[in-house]
Order: sequence, then structure tokens, then C-alpha cells
Amino acid sequence: MENEAGALSRVAGLFSARGYNIESLTVAPTEDETLSRMTIVTRGSEEVIEQIIKQLNKLVDVVKVVDLNDGLHIERELMLVKVKAAGKDREEAKRLADIFRGRIIDVTDKTYTIELTGPGSKLDAFLQALDRSAILETVRTGASGVGRGDRVLKL
Amino acid sequence: MELTGAEIVVRCLQEEGVEFVFGYPGGAVLNIYDEVFKQDTFKHVLVRHEQAAVHAADGYARASGRVGVALVTSGPGATNAVTGIATAYMDSIPVVILSGQVPTPAIGLDAFQEVDTVGITRPCVKHNFLVKDVGQLAETIKKAFYIAASGRPGPVLVDIPKDVTQYRAEFSYPKSISMRSYNPVIKGHPGQIKKAIQLLLEAKRPMVYAGGGVILSDAAPQLTELVRMLGSPCTNTLMGLGGFPATDPLSVGMPGMHGTYEANMAMQHCDVLLAIGARFDDRVIGNPAHFFQEQRQIIHIDIDPASIAKRVKVDVPIVGHVREVLDEMIRLLKASKEQPDQAALKTWWTQIELWRSRDCLKYDRRSEIIKPQFVLEKMYEITRGDAFVTSDVGQHQMWAAQFYKFDRPRRWVNSGGLGTMGFGLPAAMGVQFAHPGATVACVTGEGSIQMCIQELATCKQFNLPLKIVLLNNRYLGMVRQWQEFFYGNRYSESYVDALPDFVKLAESYGHVGMRIEQPGDVEGALQEAFAMKDRLVFMNFLTDQTENVYPMVPGGKGLSEMILV
Ligand SMILES: Cc1ncc(C[n+]2csc(CCOP(=O)(O)OP(=O)(O)O)c2C)c(N)n1
Repeated sequence: MENEAGALSRVAGLFSARGYNIESLTVAPTEDETLSRMTIVTRGSEEVIEQIIKQLNKLVDVVKVVDLNDGLHIERELMLVKVKAAGKDREEAKRLADIFRGRIIDVTDKTYTIELTGPGSKLDAFLQALDRSAILETVRTGASGVGRGDRVLKL
Repeated sequence: MELTGAEIVVRCLQEEGVEFVFGYPGGAVLNIYDEVFKQDTFKHVLVRHEQAAVHAADGYARASGRVGVALVTSGPGATNAVTGIATAYMDSIPVVILSGQVPTPAIGLDAFQEVDTVGITRPCVKHNFLVKDVGQLAETIKKAFYIAASGRPGPVLVDIPKDVTQYRAEFSYPKSISMRSYNPVIKGHPGQIKKAIQLLLEAKRPMVYAGGGVILSDAAPQLTELVRMLGSPCTNTLMGLGGFPATDPLSVGMPGMHGTYEANMAMQHCDVLLAIGARFDDRVIGNPAHFFQEQRQIIHIDIDPASIAKRVKVDVPIVGHVREVLDEMIRLLKASKEQPDQAALKTWWTQIELWRSRDCLKYDRRSEIIKPQFVLEKMYEITRGDAFVTSDVGQHQMWAAQFYKFDRPRRWVNSGGLGTMGFGLPAAMGVQFAHPGATVACVTGEGSIQMCIQELATCKQFNLPLKIVLLNNRYLGMVRQWQEFFYGNRYSESYVDALPDFVKLAESYGHVGMRIEQPGDVEGALQEAFAMKDRLVFMNFLTDQTENVYPMVPGGKGLSEMILV
């Protein structure tokens, strides 16, 4: 979409006004600074998704909409998890981070902050694997997606 | 040449060929008003409330087919305008609203008369802009007019901070504009159009359902030709009245909640439904589950892809400008060797005539009390069906739609989508500005007229000879009707007490007032009033308090489940 003030609120407003659900929404400028790219994760019947796409296309700031589910695509999300890392928890947190290919990016004597990237389901699985009481804080970016192979979203 | 922002605003309006700006001044727009003062290419119409400014611009747009323009100040000026903007939005009317804003350095600081106008109006505009750089002003206004009028039309708001109206920039007005993110489709898909023609030629029980899109795209001649070629019945929605001549035998009247029995039954029982610039909304098709018919094929032409398959499943969607698509359909039909199935049509029409003979709009013509329907029938006769008619919202609106037979487009102006009481009078002003010599009537209720009654002053100032037809039932009639039908006659807050003396009120504004109490006086009063070509006449008809609008499809019911009189 056009990298204009207010473009994000138009999209967010559309979803709330029409009662569509947003699981996540990420947006940032692209290599062309006049354009932003947004990835929205939403849920709905085929008809609802069709309406969402049509309504998004209607927004004057939206340049192009693709449904990544129309073809193969890759989806990645970044998560930072701060966990308790004192005593026996310390070993366990390190071990789990390794299994999930997470990186420990901040360390204190009582905590670790683990960075993990992957599809949302992998991040969910990591949180499941952690002992709930060990989790101090989680922050997730929401998914960004891109088509596989030659499939390119370009103007 | 370098111009100030305020000068640029005025120059842009001149470049757009704007004839009228409906507005109300205030602090944030003083620079603009100073430039308005210095020019005479367009006329500024001072309304008495910003809601009326937008309704008037809207009425002007509906009656003329051109973009209406409103100018309001920041804060309360903008919030007052919101009802007008939302009204235009729901009915897809091209209006450009220019609003003042506090100076850019003050934005966000809760400055005097600051509101987030762009934020407040976002859900009820086609698009809006905040102009922070005077260098962008001309191009933004150009875009606003372009977006408002093209594709599915709608209101576009341009919010202009006061300092931007002071700063200078080189002025050049773009001749045309292209936007990578906004390219409305014009031509329909040829394959889909062929498929539609094939279906229509094979139909045994075809039906045309035409909405406001026909009016907005100036496609009434095309619709008329197509329907006559098909020999099919045609129903025009509340927004589409006049798209096909109501006096043509092929017309079956309006569909929907207060539509005719024959229109609704035909909608329900046809085998091919051709929907043109209409959106299958809840007031038209009632309960979508009930409306659904396995065997019926639906063709839907609309410029807005999002209107297609929103409420009903469509078999042949055609996205495109209605006029272009209809032109193409007519061309194909003319070239086709096949003809509509005359025998099947004959059977279909026999059925429709049977429904029509139910005479669903009948009312008691011998009543001792004035029946609202009678007033409208007489008004139709006296104006020879040639008036522009605006209405407010309520029973009177439905009766006007049922009893005034519109043969031409852009003659019927009402708030169909939002249902805004208070729309009728200011909209009529806009219509009269668009057509200075024409007869313009505003059909209203005593509830609605009081929502923008201050505009009687504007009418005086600009000598607008409107004819106000007040069907005064001393009730918020439509509310009373629902309370009678669905709330056990508990008339909660629907009696309109303490009414003013409308005759004196009209007179105090310098107009002519009339009070009509007897059925026998109706015709004479209308004759007299409509003969006064240069005066606004306010006719207060005391009508039957208990009259209801029939037929009626109760909310949530299906089209064939009408309550008949
Ligand atoms: C601004 C606004 N407020 C409330 C309503 C709800 N409403 C719809 S019809 C109606 C009654 C209108 O009464 P009146 O203007 O006297 O017309 P009547 O129905 O009696 O012909 C009301 C209150 C509305 N449509 N618009």
C-alpha cells in the first residue's frame, strides 16, 4: 500500500468496522520508500475472505492484495521470550532453546531472553514446551509472508 | 505564480467548474472565506447548520450528476457535517467536503476547535486527506474530485490546516490524474456479458432489479431499452426510482420492505434475476436465507466488486460501469438471432398481472380524514409527474416512493441507505440550485422537518421557491407503526407533542404557510401552492394519525411473507 499517514488505520478500521478478525498484522516500508507492505493473518469462510480481499482492494491507499494461501508460501514470525533462568530452570531453558533453534540474546543471573523465528505454529510449540510458570514475558511480531519460488508480489 | 493555500483552494474549485459551494465559516477557514469573498465565479450558499451544507451539496449532486461541494470549519463544523457525509457515503453520492483544521503545529495538542476530522470521518468517506504541505494542496483537491466522481462514487474529505491556507506555493492544476492504487474498472468482462445474455434469452421468468447504480451511472436510457427488448418486468429500488419509467406497463414498482406485492413476488419467483447497480440489501430482499432459490440464476452488474456476492450468491458477476455494460448487452441482443421466449413471457406476465390485481397500494379513498397517500396522488397529478421530489425519512418517504411515479432519473432524492431524518429540506435546496426553474417539492413529516428546519432561512435568503409538503400525523409515524405491529401498541416516545404552528413559523421566515385539514381542500391547496412559482410554500396537511404503510415485509421475513392491507 501507499506509504501514507493513515493507511494503517484505514486497514485496521476496515477490519473492526466490518467485524473481520485480525490474528496479526505487520507493516513496514519496502525498498521502494513510497510503498509499505503489510501481512495480515485472518480467519474466515471462503466468502468472508473473498469479501475481505474486495474490501481491502477498495481502499484507495491499497495498491495490491494477494491471498498467499492461493499458492505455496513461506511465513515467518519473530518472538522474544523472557524466561526464568535460575537454578534448574536455567539448564532446561537452554536445552529447549537449542532444540527449537532459538538464540539466547540476553542473559542475567535470573533470566534468559530467547529469540525464536519460524512459522507461528513453531512459536506456539515452543511456548507449549516451556513450563508456563517459567515464562516472564513474550512478545511476537505477527507473521510476515512471501510466496515461494518465482511467485513475486511486485507492481 | 505563487499563491496562498486559500487562493489555491478557490482556484481549484474554479478549475473544477464548481457552481455552488455550500458552507459555513469559522476560525480555521477564515483565509479561505476571504478568498471566497474576492471572487464571483462560484456562488457560496450560507446554510444555517453544517449538516445542511453537506445535504445540500448532496442534493445538488443527485439532481445534477455533478460533484457537490461543502466547506466547513474545524471542530464542531466538521462534526456537524458528519451526518451529511455518512448520508452521502451510504448512497454513493459524489461530494467533496473541504474542512478547516487547526494549524499544523497545533495538531494533537487539543487546540481550540480541534478534532481528528480525518479519523472521525474515515469510516464514512470514500477517501480523505489531511493536507500538511501547501505544495500538495492543488493535487490533493484534484484527486478528491476524481475519486469522488469515478468508480463507485462517494464523499471525499480534504482537511486543510489553517497555516496551510496561509503558506504559498506555485499553483498549477493537474489536467488529469492517475493513481496506481486506484483504477476503477469500466468495461465488463465480455465472456460474462455473453453468458448473461444467453441466460436472459433462455429465461422463462426473467426479472430486472435495478438500483441506484443505474441513476449514478446515467444509464436510464440503456436500462429502458434493455428491459423493453427483454419484455421482462422491471423493479426499481428506493434508490433507483426513475431509472425505468414507473408508468411503463413493464414496471412493477418498488421492491422490498414496503415494495409492491407484484415486485416482491416476481423477485422471489423469477428464474433469471438481472440485478443492475443494486446491492441486495436487507430492506430489499429481507431474509437472505428465505430469498435464496435453488433454481434461480442471478446475474449481477455492479461497478463495485465488493457489492457482488456480499449478501447473496451470484451466478454471473459482471464488474463494470453499468452504462457501459448495458450498452454492450444491448449490442449483443440486437446482434443475436435468438429472441426472448414469447410464450413463456406470456405465461409469466399472466402470473404477474394476477399479483398486480391484488392492488396492494389501495387505501380508503372515502376517508373523512386526509389520507397521506391521497395528498401524494394529487401532488403527482398536479405536478404532472414532472417535479423533483426530495423526502425525509419515515412513512411519508415510503408513500412518496410508492405514489409519485417517477419516469425520469434524478427526480427522486432521498436518504435511502442511512435513512437520515433532516435530509429533505437541505437536499431540496441543493436540487433547486441545480435546477433553478424547476418545481422542487420536499415531502416530509413533522418529526423530520424539525431536524433541519433552520434552513427555511437559507431558502429565504436565496429565494428558493420550494414546496414543502408536510404530512403531519403528529407521530413519528414509522416508529408508531412498528410499535403498533410489533410492540403491542405501546407508543413509547413516538407522539410528537408541542408542535409549532407551522403556518406562523413559515411566515416568520418570510414564506407562505398553509394548513389543510379536510380531504376536500387538498387538491385546491396543492393547486394554489404549486402555482406560486416564486414563493416557498409550506403546506401543513393534517393527516390520518393511524395510517400505516402497506404492504410490509417485517424485518427478518421473506419477500413472499408480506403483510397486506
Ligand atoms: C436522525 C434520525 N433519527 C431517528 C431516526 C429513526 N426514525 C425513522 S423514521 C422516524 C419517524 C419519522 O417521523 P416523521 O418525520 O414525523 O415521519 P412519519 O413517519 O410520521 O411520516 C424515526 C424517528 C432516523 N431515521 N433518523
